[in-house]
Amino acid sequence: MKRLLALSTAIALGASGAMADTKIGMITTLSGGGAGLGIDVRDGFMLAIAQAGRDDVEVVIEDDQRKPDIAVQLADKMIQSEKVDIMTGIIWSNLAMAVVPSAVNQGVFYLSPNAGPSALAGKGCHENYFNVAWQNDNLHEAAGAYANGTGYENSFILAPNYPAGKDALTGYKRFFEGEIANEIYTQLGQTDYAAEIAQIRASGADSVFFFLPGGMGISFLKQYADSGVDLPVVGPAFSFDQGILQAVGGAALGVVNTSQWSKDIDNATNAAFVESFAAEYGRLPSLYASQGFDTANLILSALDKASADDAGAFRDALRAADFDSTRGDFAFGPNNHPVQTIYAREVIQEGDVFTNKTLGVALANHSDAYAGNCNM
Amino acid sequence: MSTILILEQVLNGLQFGIMLFLMAAGLTLIFGVMGLINLAHGSLYMVGAFAAAAVAGATGSFLLALAAALAAAAVAGAIIEIVVIRRLYRAAHLDQVLATFALILIFSEGTRWVFGSFPLFLDVPSYLSGPVTLPGGIQYPLYRLALIAVGLAVAVFLWWLTARTRIGIQIRAGENDREMIAALGVDISRLYTLVFALGAALAGLAGALVGAIQSVQVGMGEPVLILAFVVIVIGGIGSIKGAFIGAVLVGLTDTLGGIFLPELFKLFMEPGAATQTGSALASMAVYILMSLVLIWRPTGLFGARA
Repeated sequence: MKRLLALSTAIALGASGAMADTKIGMITTLSGGGAGLGIDVRDGFMLAIAQAGRDDVEVVIEDDQRKPDIAVQLADKMIQSEKVDIMTGIIWSNLAMAVVPSAVNQGVFYLSPNAGPSALAGKGCHENYFNVAWQNDNLHEAAGAYANGTGYENSFILAPNYPAGKDALTGYKRFFEGEIANEIYTQLGQTDYAAEIAQIRASGADSVFFFLPGGMGISFLKQYADSGVDLPVVGPAFSFDQGILQAVGGAALGVVNTSQWSKDIDNATNAAFVESFAAEYGRLPSLYASQGFDTANLILSALDKASADDAGAFRDALRAADFDSTRGDFAFGPNNHPVQTIYAREVIQEGDVFTNKTLGVALANHSDAYAGNCNM
Repeated sequence: MSTILILEQVLNGLQFGIMLFLMAAGLTLIFGVMGLINLAHGSLYMVGAFAAAAVAGATGSFLLALAAALAAAAVAGAIIEIVVIRRLYRAAHLDQVLATFALILIFSEGTRWVFGSFPLFLDVPSYLSGPVTLPGGIQYPLYRLALIAVGLAVAVFLWWLTARTRIGIQIRAGENDREMIAALGVDISRLYTLVFALGAALAGLAGALVGAIQSVQVGMGEPVLILAFVVIVIGGIGSIKGAFIGAVLVGLTDTLGGIFLPELFKLFMEPGAATQTGSALASMAVYILMSLVLIWRPTGLFGARA
C-alpha cells in the first residue's frame, strides 16, 4: 500500500514537474470500505489537473483509510513538512470535522470535494473553507421537495445512526410536507434489512425515503426488490451513483434519486468531462468524480488570477467561482457553500449499463439552512 | 404490532441465525480442534462471495457460483493453513491473532487488486426470487426460506460428519488429545488441513449465499466475524451443537431486539427518545445475552472447557 501511494505521488510529481509553485495536498479514502468514493474523487481531480497541462501545480495524494486519526496525522504532515498551500479530498464528514478546522486555522485553504457537515456550514464556517460539493442536508432536502411534487403524503424514512444519517432525515423532513409513518435509525454498516422491510410493509406508508450510502444501500435495495413490497422509493444520489449501480442491478431500476450532477446535464463542460473520464479510466464518472473534477478546476481558475501565497486575492478568486462547472451554473453563498440546482434523476438501463437519466429540477438555486448562522 | 409482523420477524431472526451458524461452525471447529483463533475467517467468507459473483457473472448459473464459492474458499483455506497457520499451532494466541489479522489485510488488498474497489453484482437466481405467501398470510421472500433450508441441511450434514463418520471421530479425538491420536497413527497435519478447509468452505458458502442479497465488497466479512465469535462463546468453544443453538439465539435476539426494544421504550418515553434509546440498547442486546450466558455457564452452553 505504502509503495502504491509513493508511486501515485511520484506520478503526480512527475506530471507536474519539480518546480511547482503551488502545492495541493489531497487526503482521501483509497483503501478499506468506501475506497471507491475516494478513488473517483482523486481520478476526477487528477483528470482536470492533467487536462490543464500546468507544470506549476503539484498534487500530493495520501490515503486516510477512512480513519480520523490517520487523516489528522496526514494533515499535520502535509501542513508542517510538505508545506502545502491548499488541501482537499476528504470524503467522510467525521474525518472532515477532525481535519478541516485545524487546517484552515493554520492558514491553509481547504476545498471539500464531498463532505459538507452542518457544523462547518453554520457557526463553524471559515473564510478559508470552501465546499465544492453540497452541504450534507441538500440532496435530502431536494428528495423531500420532490416527494411533495409527486404527491406522496406519508413517508417511511430510514438512515444509519450517525451524524450524516441524522442530517439526512432532518433534511428530508425540512422540506417534506406530508406525514412521517415511521422514522428508523439503523446501525452503521448494517447489511440485513429484513426487519426494517417488514416494518415498512406493516406501516401503511405510501413512500419510502432512505439514506444508506455505499454497501448498505446495495443490500437494502436488493432485499427490498425481493420482498414484494412495492412502495415507491426516493433517496439521495449516494445510493445510486455510477460506482454502485452495477452492483445493485435491476433492483434499482426506476428509482428516483436527487443529485446536483448527472452525466446527461446538458453543457459542453459536462459532455467533455464524461467523454474524457470514460476514455481515460474506462468507466463512467460518478457524482464523486464530477465533484473532484470541479474542485480542481475551481482551484486552477483561482490560480489564474492570484497566487495561493497571496491569501486575500486567492480567496476572492475562489469565491468568484469563475470556472466552467460540470453542473452548469455554480456560485458560492455567503458561507462558501454552493448555491446550485438539484435535479431529480431516474435509474435506467442503457444496454448493459445501469445509469441515471435527469427527470427535472427538484430544487432550483438552492442554498442551505445554516448559511444564516455563519459570521465570517 | 400485528401477529404477522411478529412471525415475519421471527423468520428473519431464524434466517440470520442460520447464516451465522455457517460462519460459526467453521470457526468453532478450527478453534476447538486446533486451538487456533482465526481472525481471517471473515476473509474466507469474502473469498466465497467474490468467487460466486465472478462465476455467476461469467456463466449466469447460481449453482455453479455456489460450487465455485465452496471450492475457492476451501482451496484458499487449505493454502493458508499449509503456508501460514501450520506454523502457529504452538504459538501463543496473541501471535495467532497478529498473523491472522495480517491475513485479513492481505486478503482485502489482494481482492481489491484483482476485482477493483467497486462492489460486485451477485443476484438471487430467478427461480428463487420474489415473495411467497406462507400459511397465515405472511409474505416472505422465497430466497430467505431457501437460506434457512440450506443452513439446516448443512447442520444435519455436520452432525452426521462428526457423529457418524471416521473423520468425525478423529476430529473429536483431536479436540480432546492431539498427542494421543497422533500416537495412534492418525496423520494429524492432514487432519488439520482438512478441518481448516472444511471450515473455510462453510464460510465461503455463507458468503456466497448472503452475497446475493447483500453487497459483495471488500471488508464484508469482518462485521459477521465479530458476531460469529459471540456465537461460539455463547455456544461453547468446539461444539457444533452449541454453535447452532448460539447462532439461532444471537440471530433472534439481534432481530427481535432491534424491533421490540424501541417499541417497548415508547410505552413510557416520548417516541424520538424511545427510538434512540431502544436502538442503542438493541445494538448491545447480543453482548448482554453473551454476558448473561457466561455468568450462568462460564464455558458457554455446550462447552467442555473454558
